[in-house]
Amino acid sequence: MDTVFDAVVVGAGPAGSIAARVLAEKGVKTLVLDKRQEIGAPKRCAEGINVASLKRVGIEPDPAWALRDIRGAILYSPSGRPFKVDLGKTSGYVLERKIFEKHLARDAIRAGARYMVKTLAKGVVLEDGRVCGVSAEFMGEEFTVRSRLVIAADGVDSKIARSAGLDTSNSLSDYHSGFQYEMAGLKLDDPDNLHIFFGADVAPKGYAWIFPKARDVANVGIGILGQLSGPGHRAREYLDRFIANRPEIFSGASPIEINSGGIPVGSAAPCLVADGLMVVGDAAHQVNPIHGGGIALAMNAAKLAAHVGAAALSEGDVSKERLGEYERIWREGDGVKLEKLLKLRAFMEKLDDDDLEKLVDILDSDEVIKLTNGEYGFLVKKFFRKAPKILPLARKFLT
Amino acid sequence: MMENKVVVDRMRCCYCGGCVGVCPKDALLLEEIALSVDSAKCVKCGACVKFCPVEALSFQK
Repeated sequence: MDTVFDAVVVGAGPAGSIAARVLAEKGVKTLVLDKRQEIGAPKRCAEGINVASLKRVGIEPDPAWALRDIRGAILYSPSGRPFKVDLGKTSGYVLERKIFEKHLARDAIRAGARYMVKTLAKGVVLEDGRVCGVSAEFMGEEFTVRSRLVIAADGVDSKIARSAGLDTSNSLSDYHSGFQYEMAGLKLDDPDNLHIFFGADVAPKGYAWIFPKARDVANVGIGILGQLSGPGHRAREYLDRFIANRPEIFSGASPIEINSGGIPVGSAAPCLVADGLMVVGDAAHQVNPIHGGGIALAMNAAKLAAHVGAAALSEGDVSKERLGEYERIWREGDGVKLEKLLKLRAFMEKLDDDDLEKLVDILDSDEVIKLTNGEYGFLVKKFFRKAPKILPLARKFLT
Repeated sequence: MMENKVVVDRMRCCYCGGCVGVCPKDALLLEEIALSVDSAKCVKCGACVKFCPVEALSFQK
């Protein structure tokens, strides 16, 4: 059943399905392959997304998958002091990703894309060093799909980019080890906000989270720096301790799902294109290094890649140089913000628990929102006046 | 280092594929609910063993 398409997208996550929809809308004959037998499951995600990120890729929130309106976040210092980041109105949602991803796939299929699930893409097909399709397997049958363009949207466990010679591996110093339960039966005081917990005992160089999906249901998870994971102190152990220490929330709760995953929190992969190939999403490390959120960046990169890819196909030039327009535009846009946030992450990783307490004392809500956007120009001045102990670190990492 | 090969505990593995992303040699493969280690490619660096959130990977004793 060897076949020919204009474009093959590997991975039917948010990045893959946005790319497929945009390609199909432009008349590109597109096939999406996903190794899972159910699109959207199992999730590797806390399921938070902000309103603007959906709008940016032309998605209207649908109550079928936008389960809970979120107004802001409460950050908890190592000693447990709450710090409210209030956005004043619905600023985001906690999703049901298995529904969300299926809706994105439906939209792509309605636009003309074709999908195959339970289909493992094993690697690219190379001819004279150029990518010209993928080899895959479905139900024991191996086959080849020939296509002038391949988009690798196959996640942290990407095989496609690596099979084409691109290095998309992560290092433990730029990668979080994540573990999560979706739990029911929680006693949540404030299910309209995300809850984020810091501290060396809670989550070293990371944070724990409670993202409500209903009044008494939430994703409860943790990410710790991969380097600090090891026997006796893994993400799962930190999360179990976090839960055991908070009976006021968890005494009547049980898990209804277990999730784990690797979260790229470093720079984007060094190269995002090859002849006939583009890499997007987690596979390209397009993840916010501060909060580890990847859906928004992935979808936007996918949209951009699909626009460039469709134009390249119609011009008959899918060379690395031509497809490199995607990488250039991405690095000049979201890439700049990601690099700024990476500096902020490097700075934050040096802070001890006392420093974090100090931040709670001296920052306000608007300033924290600025920080999450990579705007930290004000910090050095602020530390100069109010936190001289942190000043040298800020000067080292943030100027 | 005389570590033996990396093995997968199927009862612990949550099939998240996070380990695949830290393998410098592309020696791990996640299929839908099967994780395998290609011992010909594996250099026994231990990155995947250290990373695993649920201790599903270990060096075989």
